[in-house]
Amino acid sequence: MSDPFLNLEQLSLGYGASLAVPSLDLAMAEGELLALLGPSGCGKTTTMRAIAGLLAPRSGRITLAGRDITRVSANQREVGLVFQSYALFPHLSVFENVAFGLRLRRVAADEMQRRADEAIAMVGLAGFERRLPRELSGGQQQRVALARSVVVRPRLLLLDEPLSNLDARLRLEMRSELQRLQRDLGVTMMYVTHDQSEALALADRVVVMREGRIAQQGSPVDIYERPRTAFVARFVGFENVFAATLPGRLQPWLDGQPGLAWRPRGVVLGQGPHDGKVLGASYLGESVEVLLQTDAGPLKAQVAPDGPRCVAGENLKFDLPMSSAVALES
Amino acid sequence: MNGMRAAGALALGAVLLFLLGPFVVIALAGLSAGETLAFPPQGLSLRWVIAVFGMENFRASFWLSLQLGIGSTLLALLLGVPAAYGLARYKVPGREAIRTVLIAPLIVPGIIVGLALLRHAVIPLDLGVTWALTLAHTVLVVPYAVRVVTASLDNLRTDVEEAAVMLGATRLQSFFRIVLPNIRSGIIAAFILGFVTSFNQVPVSLFLTGPGITTLPIDMLTSMEFVYDPSIAALSALMALLSIAIVAVAERALGLSRYV
Repeated sequence: MSDPFLNLEQLSLGYGASLAVPSLDLAMAEGELLALLGPSGCGKTTTMRAIAGLLAPRSGRITLAGRDITRVSANQREVGLVFQSYALFPHLSVFENVAFGLRLRRVAADEMQRRADEAIAMVGLAGFERRLPRELSGGQQQRVALARSVVVRPRLLLLDEPLSNLDARLRLEMRSELQRLQRDLGVTMMYVTHDQSEALALADRVVVMREGRIAQQGSPVDIYERPRTAFVARFVGFENVFAATLPGRLQPWLDGQPGLAWRPRGVVLGQGPHDGKVLGASYLGESVEVLLQTDAGPLKAQVAPDGPRCVAGENLKFDLPMSSAVALES
Repeated sequence: MNGMRAAGALALGAVLLFLLGPFVVIALAGLSAGETLAFPPQGLSLRWVIAVFGMENFRASFWLSLQLGIGSTLLALLLGVPAAYGLARYKVPGREAIRTVLIAPLIVPGIIVGLALLRHAVIPLDLGVTWALTLAHTVLVVPYAVRVVTASLDNLRTDVEEAAVMLGATRLQSFFRIVLPNIRSGIIAAFILGFVTSFNQVPVSLFLTGPGITTLPIDMLTSMEFVYDPSIAALSALMALLSIAIVAVAERALGLSRYV
C-alpha cells in the first residue's frame, strides 16, 4: 500500500473538553472492506464521523483518492454514510429517497430515473418505489438507506453498525448482501461495529480500537487466531488470560505483563496439573460451560456434554495445554 | 360512590355553563327580533345578523383585522421558524434564557405590552397605526410560532439532516427540502393559533388603534358605548363562530391540540 486510497494521519478528535481519539493513523486500499471493531466509547464512531465530515478534527489530515479532504465540507467529500438509524426522509417515497442525491446533482430526468430504478432493484426493492419509509420493515428501510447512498457513487461508503438493528435471520441475509454489493460495485467500504462476529464475517481487514487507539489490525483470521494483547484476546473469545511464567504454575495476569490466553474450549477438564473448584455448570446443548475458581482467578471452560461430571463445590483437575494457547505481548 | 359521581357531574356542568353560557347568551341576543340588546331575546330573527354585513365601519375594521391577522402571523413565522430551528439545533449560549424571553408575551399582560410598545416604539419612531398594529401583533404571535415549531422540530431526528448533507445537500438545501416539509403541519398549526390570537386581540390593540383605523374587536368595544341594538351581539356570535370553525377544521386536519 504505497499510495493509500484513504489515509488518516495523526488524526486527533474530540467533543468539547474530552479527547476521544488522541492520534490515529490508518490507511485503506481502494476496494477494501474494512471493519472498525471495538466496545462502545472506543472512538470508532467518532472516527467515522470525522471521515464523513460531520466532525471537524482537532488536528491531523485526511486524504481520499489523493485529495486532502480535511477541511472539505461533508457534502463535497464524495463519501456516503449509512446511518445506524437509517435516517430515511420520512416525507419522501422510496424512489424520492433514492433519487434525492441525484436531484441535488441535477442529473437529467431520464438518467435519474434509470439510476434510481437500478439502485432500488439492486437492493431487491423493485415494486416498492412509491411506499413511504414508515410503510417498510426495518430490513427494507436499511436497503433503501443503502441504495440511497450508493446511487450517487461515493468514493467511500461508511456504514454505522449496519446489522445491529436487524433480527438474526435478516442479519445473515444482509451480511451476504453487503458482500455482494461491495463485490459488484467495487466500492471501498468501512463499517463500524461492536460485534466481533459481524466484523470477522464481513471484512477483508479488521481494525480493533480501544480508547481511541488501534489495539490491533489484521485479517479476520489474524485477529481471531492470533490476538496480541489481552484486550483483543478477550474481545475475540480468549476469555482465560493468565501470566506467562514457568510451565505448570498458574498466576494471575497483570496489565503490562506477557500473558497466555485460552478459549473456554481450549481448557481440558478432569485431568492435568492444576486444581480448581467448580462454581457452576450450564448445559448449552452441544457443550457444557463450566466456571471454575482457581488460585489465579476464575476460569471458564467449555467441554463436551459427555465429559467429566462437574458438581458445584467439588474440586476438579484441569489442564491448559500450550497447543491451544495464544501468547500475548505485554 | 354515587355521591362522588353526582358531584363530579355537577362540577362538570358548572364549568361548561361557565364556559359556554356567555356564548349562548350573546348568540341568542344577536338573534333577537327586537330593537334593543336584551336577554332573553324579543322573538327570533336573522335581521341583525344580516344588518351587520351592511355596516360600513364593521366591514372596514373586519378587513383590517383579517389583513393584520394574516400579515402579522406570516411575519411572526418568518421570525419564529428560524429562531425555533436555531434554538433546537445549535448550542446557543443562554438558550434557556432566550426561550423564556421568547414566550414572555404569552405571560406579560397584553395591556402592558400595548402600553410599552406605544410609549417606547410607536411614539418615538412615529409609526402609523397600521405599522404599529402589525408590529404589536407580530410580537404577540412570535411565541406561538416558536413554541409550536419547536414541538414539531423535536419530533424530527437530526440525523435525517445529516443524511441529506452526506448526499450532497448544503445546510440550506437540507433545511428547505427536508426540515421544512417535515414540520409543515406544525407551521400550519402555528399559523392558525397565531391568526386566531391576532384576530381576537383586544388589550394590545387598544392603545394602538387610531381614529378611523381600527380592528374589529376594538371597533365593537367602542360601538358598545353608543349603540344599543343587538348588532354587536350578532357580530360577537359571528366572530366566535369563525374562530371555532377555524380551530375545529385545524383540529380535524392536523390535531391542533398536540401542539398547544
